[in-house]
Order: sequence, then C-alpha cells, then structure tokens
Amino acid sequence: MEKSLNWHEFVITRLIKASGYSAILFVALIFFFLVREGLPTFAETSLSSLLSIRWYPIEDHFGILPLLTGSLIVTIGAALVAVPFGIGTAVYISEIAPRWMREILKPLVELLGGLPSVVLGFLGILLLSPFIRVFLDLPTGLTAFTGSLLLGGIAVPTVVSVAEDALDAVPRAYREGAWALGATQWQTIWRVTFPAARSGVLTAVMLGVGRAIGETMTVMMVTGNAPVLATKLGSLFSPVRTMTATIAAEMGEVANGSTHYHVLFFIGMVLFLISLGVNIAASSVVFRTKKRAERILS
Amino acid sequence: MNRFILNAIIIFVFLFSASCGPTSSSQVGASNSSANYIENKGSDTIVNLALAWAEKYQAEHPEVRISVTGGGSGTGIASLINKTVDIANASRQIKEEEVAEAKSNGVEPVEHIIARDAIAVIVNPENPVSQLTLKQISDIYSGKISNWSEVGGEDRPIVRLSRETNSGTHVYFLETVLRLGNKDDKTLFSMDTLLLPSSEGIVAEVRQNPNALGYDGLGYVPKDLKMIAIAKEAGGAYVLPSIATVNDKSYPIARDLYMYTNGEPTGIVKTYLDWIVSSEAQQIVADLGFVPVSPDSSS
Repeated sequence: MEKSLNWHEFVITRLIKASGYSAILFVALIFFFLVREGLPTFAETSLSSLLSIRWYPIEDHFGILPLLTGSLIVTIGAALVAVPFGIGTAVYISEIAPRWMREILKPLVELLGGLPSVVLGFLGILLLSPFIRVFLDLPTGLTAFTGSLLLGGIAVPTVVSVAEDALDAVPRAYREGAWALGATQWQTIWRVTFPAARSGVLTAVMLGVGRAIGETMTVMMVTGNAPVLATKLGSLFSPVRTMTATIAAEMGEVANGSTHYHVLFFIGMVLFLISLGVNIAASSVVFRTKKRAERILS
Repeated sequence: MNRFILNAIIIFVFLFSASCGPTSSSQVGASNSSANYIENKGSDTIVNLALAWAEKYQAEHPEVRISVTGGGSGTGIASLINKTVDIANASRQIKEEEVAEAKSNGVEPVEHIIARDAIAVIVNPENPVSQLTLKQISDIYSGKISNWSEVGGEDRPIVRLSRETNSGTHVYFLETVLRLGNKDDKTLFSMDTLLLPSSEGIVAEVRQNPNALGYDGLGYVPKDLKMIAIAKEAGGAYVLPSIATVNDKSYPIARDLYMYTNGEPTGIVKTYLDWIVSSEAQQIVADLGFVPVSPDSSS
C-alpha cells in the first residue's frame, strides 16, 4: 500500500518537474531552430543590405529597418493605448467598483481577451479605418495608428487581468492602515495600494506589450503593410509594415532554403530577442524592487 | 534526475526532427494520385474557377474526387515540386529556378493554358478619372506621380494599393505595367505602396477611399467599383477591360492562366484537363468573369 503510494508520487513529481523543464527546453529548441535557419542570412547578404531602407524581397532588397521601425511604432502606439486604459480599468475593478459591477466587468474584459484577432481585423478594415481616414483627413485609414488602436484593444484585457490580480493581492491591512491615517480613497490607491502592487502591474504592462509586438493578423489587415522607414512621429499616421506581418505574409510562398527564407527567420530571431529583452528588463526591475523591499524589512 | 532530462531531450529532439523532415509529406501525394482523387492547389486568382470546374466535373463523374485549395501560384508550384498535388494552378508562368528545383526533385512540370485573365485597374466611383495610359499607371506606382490632379483628376493624394509580393498578380503587374514589359527595367513599386494580403482587402479599401488606386483580376471586380480604360501609349485608344477586348488583344493588361502537371498527364488527370478546355467548361470561365481560351490555343 505504502509502496504503491510512493510509486504514484514518484511518477507525479517527475511529470510535474518534466513539464517545468519542458518550457526551458522548448524555448531553447525554438531559439536553436531560429538561429540555425536565420544565421545563414549573414553569409548570403551583406550587413549593408540588411540595414538598407528598401524591403522588396522578390528582387533581393532585404532592408529590415523599415520593418523594425514599423513594429516599434505600432507597439509603442499600442502601449500608449493599453497601459492607461488597462491600468485604469484594473484600478477601477479592484479598488472602486462595487461588488456586483466587478462581477460583471471582470468576465466581460476576459471575454474581450478571447476575441479572435482576425475578427478585430475585420472591424478595423470595415469600420475603424474608414472612420480614421475621414476623421483625421488622412490619405488612407490603413495606418500604424489604426493598428495601434486595435492592438491596444487586444492588449487591454491582458493588462487588466494581470494588474487586477496584483492589486487584489495587496493585503487588506495596507488599505485599512491608510484609511486609519485619514487618507482619502485616491491617496490610498496612489500612495499605498498601487506602489505595493508595482511589480505585478509592471508584469502586466510587459505582458501586454509582448502581446502587442507579437500580434500578427490584425496588423497585417489594417496597417497597410507598406515598408516605409518610420522616422518621425507623423509616421504613426501613415502605413507601416511590421515584422510579424512580413513573416506571415511571405513565409507561405518562400522557396525553402533561399536567402529570402533565411532573412525571414532572421526577422523571427530579432523578434525573439526583442521580447527576450523586454522580459529581462521587466524581471530585473521587479527583482531589484523586491530586493530593496527585503532590505527595508530586515 | 540527469538521466531523466537526457531522455526528455532525446524524445523532444526526435519529435522535432520527425516533424521537420521533408520525407513525410511527399509520400502522401504519391498515394493520392493512384486513387480516383485529384489534388489541385495554387493561385488565388484561379481558385474560384477551379472550384466551379471541380464541382461541375464531380457532378458528372461521381467516381472522381477533386480537392481544390488556394494559397498562391508559388505555393501551388512548390507543392507540385514536393509531389503533394497532382495539378498546380498558376497565374504566371513557372520560373526557371522552379523548373530547376523541380527537375532536381524528379518532377517534370508540363504547362497547360486553361483560361485568360485581365487585370482591371480600379478606382472609387467618386473619382472623376476614367482613363489612363500604361505609362501614367507605371509612373503612379513607381512614385513619380502622387496626386490625382497630375492625371486629370481632383487635387487628392494617390493611395497606391497592390497585392502582396507573393501574389502572381503582383509579379505580373510589376513586369507588365510598372516596367512596361521591359526586362532590363529595374523600376520598383514606390515604397509607400500599400501591400494588401488579399483581393478583398484591395476591394474594401477602394470602395471606401476616393484617393485609392488599385488593381485586381477582372473576375473579382465588383460592379460598384469603377474600372479605368487603359491605352497602350499616349494618343492610343483607351480600352476598357472586357471579354471581347481581352480576346482581340486590344486591352493591354491581360495574361494566360496555367495549370501544371508532373509530366504529361495520364488517367483521370488527363480526362479532367481535356474536359477543362472543352466548350462546356470554358463557359464557366466566361461566367466567372475570366476570358475563355479559344480551342486552338490550348495545348
């Protein structure tokens, strides 16, 4: 009896461990694959070609700068939409809304997060982009800005969900302490609850940004996909082409093993490194704040 | 513990390499062609036509099953090279590199002209411009002309719309219109040309944007958009695309549509391709807005 229990436990712990390690393994394998397929880029094209401003792969123009700036500008725009909206919603749901409101809002926000991005892309093409063209008097409504708005909408549920959990996890004693000192509700939120949940909120923002930079279908449908180098703020209101849309649009047609194929994998590698960088930056900030908190407590 | 990690790595690497291996898919194709089953894949321009043919043919010959998928000319030809399809649809001729790749894979692509297609240049109905020369369209798409007033329209910026670079229509438009058929010409699309992933994307944008200029297969232009009459050179006659003008070759942006098979077709694939150039099947071509091939020009 006892032996069989041990045996069960042995298998279960190993399985759990295996699933933990598998994440590391998958990331490593994916990166290995990207590097294997992406690195031949450097042998096949020159660095100056990669850093040029012309992306026209069927005639061997492989300048990835327009794609890089395109992705960055759309992501920054999306973050500008998603962060204030997301954190605002999270604060409202967690701190201000009455219980019944909260029970309606939270599932609704999560439902929004489950909307397929291609559906949002449709709405973008048929409703948002004509509206933006007329409203802002632009030549076309298929712009980085349109993409940013929709991507912001896609990232909001992620930000809300994670930030709300973080705010919720702040012990009730903190708030009660603040109220006992005579702080108003706003002072409590801004000076006590929010700083206490800072690392969780930061994680929420990073997850939201990560969701935005990796999103493909919506941006492919609404940003116009013109590989123009985005250099100034005005570029937000002109068409751009993102890295993800480029991979999605071109991977299906590319000849296996060609230069174009390797460059697409190289773009994938760059995307991977960007999200890795975002994640490392976020966790190092979280780590530092945690350490400081421990020092103060000890 | 270490042995466990090692085992896990071995399993994952094995799964990984198995899924990447090129061998698994080619065997599926080989077994398909022997049955009463035709796998037909390729150009998105042709996909509706191919579907209509397949439907009609299967109604008459219930013993044959035909599966039709789109994906683009390049996708279709790549599948033919990988031996996963029996017939590849293409809206452009097969490239030399593709022939070389096919031969190295033991595939002998054989070409069949199955219909003709014209590319219509489209604008929003609100746009007063109704005729352009090929040179003007070329200058617009290469970025030399960026305002409608330069070609007789209102003072509005021109928003250039194009299909993605992987579309056969894109390549054909580049060669025939932008470069005016000149092979040494290295003119490219203006960098701010919007590359839309589908015909539907172009139609949707032209429908709501009076600044837009787009192009699409004649069969796919809805009635509520305006087609531009095109002249081969300045001073020439402006011709609207239609079945008649494509067949008498007066409309300048028209092309042949192809199906490719591996070697001369045999068995059910041959019967199917023979049926496609029959007058019965070519009637469907006309119904869908494409241009039928005359019986003597089909191979």
